[in-house]
Amino acid sequence: MTAMAHTSTASSAATLSELDARPRRRFSAGNLATLAVIALIIIWCLAPFYWMLVLAFRNKAYTFDTTPWFTHVSFDNFRYAFNTTDNKFGRSLFNSVLIGSVVTFLAMTIGVFAGYAMARLSFRGKGAVLAAILGASMFPGVAILTPLFQLFADFGWLGTYQSLILPQISFSLPLAVYTLTSFFSDMPWELEQAARVDGATPGQAFRLVIFPLAAPALFTTAILVFLASWNEYLLSSVLSNGNAKVAPSTVALANFTAGPHVVPYTQTMAAGIVVTVPLVIVVLLFQRRIVSGLTAGGVKG
Amino acid sequence: MTIAGPAAENVDVAARPEPPAAKRNKIKTGEGRLALMLVAPTIALLGLIVGYPIVKAIYNSFLSDSQKIDPVTGQFKPPGAWTGLTNYKHWLLQQCPSGAGKVVSCPTGNLGAEFWRSIEVTVGFTVVTVVLETVIGMIFALMMNRAFKGRALVRAAILIPWAIPTAVTAKLWSVVFDPQGILNKLLGTHYAWTSSTWPARSAIVIADVWKTTPFIALLILAGLQGISADIYESAKVDGANAWQRFVKITLPLVKPALAVAVIFRTLDVLRMYDLPWILTGGANGTTTVSILVVKQLHSGVYSASALSTIAFIFIFAIALGMVRLFNANIVGTPGKGGK
Repeated sequence: MTAMAHTSTASSAATLSELDARPRRRFSAGNLATLAVIALIIIWCLAPFYWMLVLAFRNKAYTFDTTPWFTHVSFDNFRYAFNTTDNKFGRSLFNSVLIGSVVTFLAMTIGVFAGYAMARLSFRGKGAVLAAILGASMFPGVAILTPLFQLFADFGWLGTYQSLILPQISFSLPLAVYTLTSFFSDMPWELEQAARVDGATPGQAFRLVIFPLAAPALFTTAILVFLASWNEYLLSSVLSNGNAKVAPSTVALANFTAGPHVVPYTQTMAAGIVVTVPLVIVVLLFQRRIVSGLTAGGVKG
Repeated sequence: MTIAGPAAENVDVAARPEPPAAKRNKIKTGEGRLALMLVAPTIALLGLIVGYPIVKAIYNSFLSDSQKIDPVTGQFKPPGAWTGLTNYKHWLLQQCPSGAGKVVSCPTGNLGAEFWRSIEVTVGFTVVTVVLETVIGMIFALMMNRAFKGRALVRAAILIPWAIPTAVTAKLWSVVFDPQGILNKLLGTHYAWTSSTWPARSAIVIADVWKTTPFIALLILAGLQGISADIYESAKVDGANAWQRFVKITLPLVKPALAVAVIFRTLDVLRMYDLPWILTGGANGTTTVSILVVKQLHSGVYSASALSTIAFIFIFAIALGMVRLFNANIVGTPGKGGK
């Protein structure tokens, strides 16, 4: 607790001095301070990721060599990661893609209707429905985990794809509905009104006018849902029940091994890079959209 | 300027005929039925995957994991017999069964004895990480809002920790925190970070702050970008210094976005599992409530149900309390939506 108090006072002191720096003047001390802080932020965010990259390409004999650039470069770690005797890492990547795709498809196809209704239609009990959807996403995973574990054990489902896919609806569907509701609320509904005036039913107005306009929102939401599924660990680690054939990559990575009494750091980092780099590319390509999706719900107040 | 500003605003307010509200309030025939049809699949599915398990968990929490001899028939009763509040007493009051059907205080090493500690650990992590993430996130956001040239670069950099899965984050930091790892080399220390209490806890806090500060920063930044520069200009003209502008303008205007971010993060940390589990295995005073539930799961499902129900009530109470405290409109859109 004392550590926390210290850090937070230190941080707010930092805020104060940064605010004192005058922003608008060029080449002033304030500008330099801003640049310095920006540089620090970038280093803080990227350094651990960079280190993972460096170690992933480093000969495992030099694991604890702290040379901060690429030395003793080797691809053995990646070869090891995909070697199937100790780990089913390659398989787990396929599993993650499969689980993520099915979860995203389900959450989007079901969530898009609810999102539209929440954003656009007036109906009795709307507040209660939204509270229920939001409440569902706030439940701790463990609250549904214990009964699902028991239920799936009874069905003989532990360690099957359905036991990994279905529970993920619990957080992906609320995420989809919530994000879509925010997006849909901001769309140019005058066009829908115009279609309605021209005699379209609400359903036609949705299909012919709103859906094409909403495509970017749908795409962004789908990315966010897929990312959430790709990152899930708690439910998958328990419900895969040790079956490496269906376990997603997060579980495979957490259990990554190179035999007893060996800590396979460089190999794990290689596997981590494989899991992460596609996400980083997607996130960087679509960063504007993702940020707007992330903040869509937050800024309305 | 100072005169024209408010005057223009008055005109604007007076001239606004509130067409959106009027349009919105008209409930058309058939709309209610359509809405019901559109919402029904979501509600049904969530009822099945969230509602049913939670009700089932509450029911299960009153059942017994142990086989008992029925005093009347003298036969073994299988697990699943009604046992009332025993499981709750086990967790909340640390009561464990002893041989002769009596209850004793749970011995150290029993999972029941870890309950209050896990609550303390979870609350401790929550307070420390949320405070740190909010303060650092605010600094990130203020800097990003001010930087005009580097903004895209910072945003890209800031999204990378966010994009890395938590499991990978945990592995990544376990390498950094290794006794022979780079952090000790950089600091010139020899901590066994993950094998004693406070270093292990700090390691988890640091890793969590690294991973999730970007999320808070982006939410705050979105709030900051909605604040018009004119307000700051007129405050400056009126002689407000930087700190006053921050406290009187920035904070109140960014509060809705901040409240949502803080509530979401709090609920997230309260159920934290991946990071401490992969980083320390819950050892050395890092067992969160979620870790305790999973540990218990394999040694008694009904008792685990009681624990997960306690966790759920606990988190739900905190969520409600925070929504009240911040008076936050997390829902955001309906009613006042479509602006």
